[in-house]
Amino acid sequence: MRYAARRLAQAVPVFFATTFVIYAMVFVLPGDPILALAGDKPVPDQVLNVMRERYHLNDPLLVQYGRYMLGVFQGDLGETFTGQQVSELLQDRWAVTAQLALTAWVFELVVGIGLGVVAGLRRGGAADTAVLAGTTFVIAVPVFVVGYTAQIVLGLNLGLFPTAGTDEGWPASYLLPGMVLGSFGLAYVARLTRTALVENLRADYVRTATAKGMRRRRVVGVHALRNSLIPVVTFLGIDFGNLMAGAVVTEGIFNLPGIGQQVFQSIQLQEGPVVVGVATLLVMIFIAANLAVDLLYGLLDPRISRARA
Amino acid sequence: MRVSRRRAAALAAAMTMLIGGCGGSPSGSDGKAEANEFSVALTEPDHLTPGNTSSSYSITVLDALFDTPVHLGADGTPVMAAAESVTSTDQKVWTIKIKSDRRFANGEPVTAQSFADSWNATAYGPNGWTNNYYFANVEGYDALNPEEGEPAADKLSGLEVVDDTTLRVTLTAPFSQFPITLAYIAFAPMPKAAFADLEAYDQAPIGNGPFVMDGAWEHNKQIRVKRSPTYTGERAAKADAVTFKMYASRDTAYTDLRAGRVDLLQTIPPASAAEAKRLLGDRFVAIAGGTMDYLGFPLFDKRFAGADLRRAFSMAIDRQAIVDAVYDGTFQPMASLLAPVVPGYRADACGAACVYDPAKAKQLYDQAGGFSGTLNLYFSNADPSYEQWMTAVANQLKQNLGIADIKFRKIPASDYLTTLRQRKEDGPYRQNWVMDYPSPQNYLEYQWGEGNRMGWENKEFDALLEQANSAPSLEASLPLYQKAEDIALAEMPMIPLWNWQDQSGFSARLQGVELTPYSANLHTITVKRS
Repeated sequence: MRYAARRLAQAVPVFFATTFVIYAMVFVLPGDPILALAGDKPVPDQVLNVMRERYHLNDPLLVQYGRYMLGVFQGDLGETFTGQQVSELLQDRWAVTAQLALTAWVFELVVGIGLGVVAGLRRGGAADTAVLAGTTFVIAVPVFVVGYTAQIVLGLNLGLFPTAGTDEGWPASYLLPGMVLGSFGLAYVARLTRTALVENLRADYVRTATAKGMRRRRVVGVHALRNSLIPVVTFLGIDFGNLMAGAVVTEGIFNLPGIGQQVFQSIQLQEGPVVVGVATLLVMIFIAANLAVDLLYGLLDPRISRARA
Repeated sequence: MRVSRRRAAALAAAMTMLIGGCGGSPSGSDGKAEANEFSVALTEPDHLTPGNTSSSYSITVLDALFDTPVHLGADGTPVMAAAESVTSTDQKVWTIKIKSDRRFANGEPVTAQSFADSWNATAYGPNGWTNNYYFANVEGYDALNPEEGEPAADKLSGLEVVDDTTLRVTLTAPFSQFPITLAYIAFAPMPKAAFADLEAYDQAPIGNGPFVMDGAWEHNKQIRVKRSPTYTGERAAKADAVTFKMYASRDTAYTDLRAGRVDLLQTIPPASAAEAKRLLGDRFVAIAGGTMDYLGFPLFDKRFAGADLRRAFSMAIDRQAIVDAVYDGTFQPMASLLAPVVPGYRADACGAACVYDPAKAKQLYDQAGGFSGTLNLYFSNADPSYEQWMTAVANQLKQNLGIADIKFRKIPASDYLTTLRQRKEDGPYRQNWVMDYPSPQNYLEYQWGEGNRMGWENKEFDALLEQANSAPSLEASLPLYQKAEDIALAEMPMIPLWNWQDQSGFSARLQGVELTPYSANLHTITVKRS
């Protein structure tokens, strides 16, 4: 418990440092966001001044950041240049990204570990070779290629999935994008599981267990696999944060109005409050995911939690 | 081996079940086929207050929700809509008669006051609305937009509500094109109810058009509109409802059009144009729009001061080859400063100076004394195609004129216009113009008129524009604008390149689609009953 508390305390400076760096980065982007909004049309000075005042764009960086953080602690995440409340905006979008990330994550976890076990148990066999080749391919191909190909072939030509949008709700609308988003992590999970399992199957304790006459299923399932899952759990924990943050391309291709799409648009429009708001939440998710991973270690391998207590 | 094969088979079976079982019905529109409603692919609008948006996506929605005083026919001629007539004897004081039987969606009658309220709010500086500058030529604008401090007034002195159906507008100078400008969305009326809470109104606008909002604006997802029960105008809607579906990517919208999940898409990506033409047949519609690309010269840089040199550049650029390579031939090479949709357009206004002729270009270039130093080419990073065509231009200038030292200046999109405004460029730059209303004045005055970006000055040109602006009628103004265009082409401070084309496509369910450069005319569309 003390360990968990210390981890939480560490998160506070991380929180301020990341949000400030991100705010500063958006701040120093070249160009005037208000002028950029108007495109090629002239903007009267009066209008320009009103907009700059409204969004405090004339203040120095530290004042802007301080004002923003003050708002955040009062539950006000600021507003976008089109006048929408950031908190409302994120509320709508958060659900979409969470559903997408969870779908991808479960896909990664179930299919990834499954493939890893199949490959690991039969090292050098046909299934192993197929898994190795397949995962290499998936890691090598950029996500937008996988995304568009899956959309055209499985969505448009075969009609197995909706091509885009969230009209069909969860799970139908999220399956294909979830699989595309999770494909990259899936490849890693499969390979990590396979390697760890292959190694552990050769370990002394497995030989001992087998020698004691334990059934193969129990040897693999309880002894070897449990130990093999430690690196996989680490990866899955961190990857959950990645999935939440890294859905920009996938959300774009499948037209899912989630966080990734919003961040992309907001960076283009130089909307500091939105970018920082999202980043703040992502930082918190990363911290929480890491914490969860650490606690899970203890369950998989009691030695770890004892050593730390 | 046997085990793993069985497991693999089981896994494959599970995957198949997963895929098959959860496929859902991609053609959710099957069930709606009987309903007389359709969907339009769009990108999220920024605002839905007529005075506060110039985004073409917002305008597509607002065009369904509002009737402006005037509408534009397919050929760009003004047709009376909410107005009965727009007249003037001196082109400076205009009398707008409002049709008396029209109502807003909330039942409130549309009067001259509804227009005055809307226009005043847009022109009022502290509101910070995008279309503010459309009222800059109405008398009293300066009092609402002082350079410093609070405005002295919140109503344009040039707007006079004579009675319920008469609005008198006094401009700062004669302006023969005024009736055409009234087709722009900034001139739509707003009901009294709007001013109680302008922020709420922006989310749920109440208009006087053929459609009304049906439910809330679901941001980034959809906006639904249904046929207005109170509408008595000329554009009565034939469909029961329209759903605008928001897409972040044009490519995805196009895929959805192919999958039959959206019925109308007005922005088919240029790269997919050839395929769309083949797949959709006569349901693919290409319309020349009002958007033009130019190559501008910084005349304040002495090296570009000679007109012969600028003409040589123009003749050294193979517009057709670039359009074919970069835009799959969908854009149209231009030998005119005006887009083809603009009344007064002449296909060959430019003559020899816009014809690709490397030999003559080189001769002219040498005569003009050539060019020394580095040639910097300016464009923004807003779209990858800008760099593609600039590269082609650079290659042609290199090859045809022998300019060896050419560099690219790719500026972040948000900084590009600031760079040009501050005259930081020292070489030719990409200039793009999106038409506001189909009048030669809209192109010529804003781009070549006084205080233009190139630093070009020509008294004769300015005088001709002034004459055209005070001409007694639209017809009488055209020859004068053309004369001004001739001067700008002869001097060539800016080279016309090509005209953009909008590529639209629609599903087999729709009939009565009448797309024009000015409107999607959603009110004419119905769903086929089969």
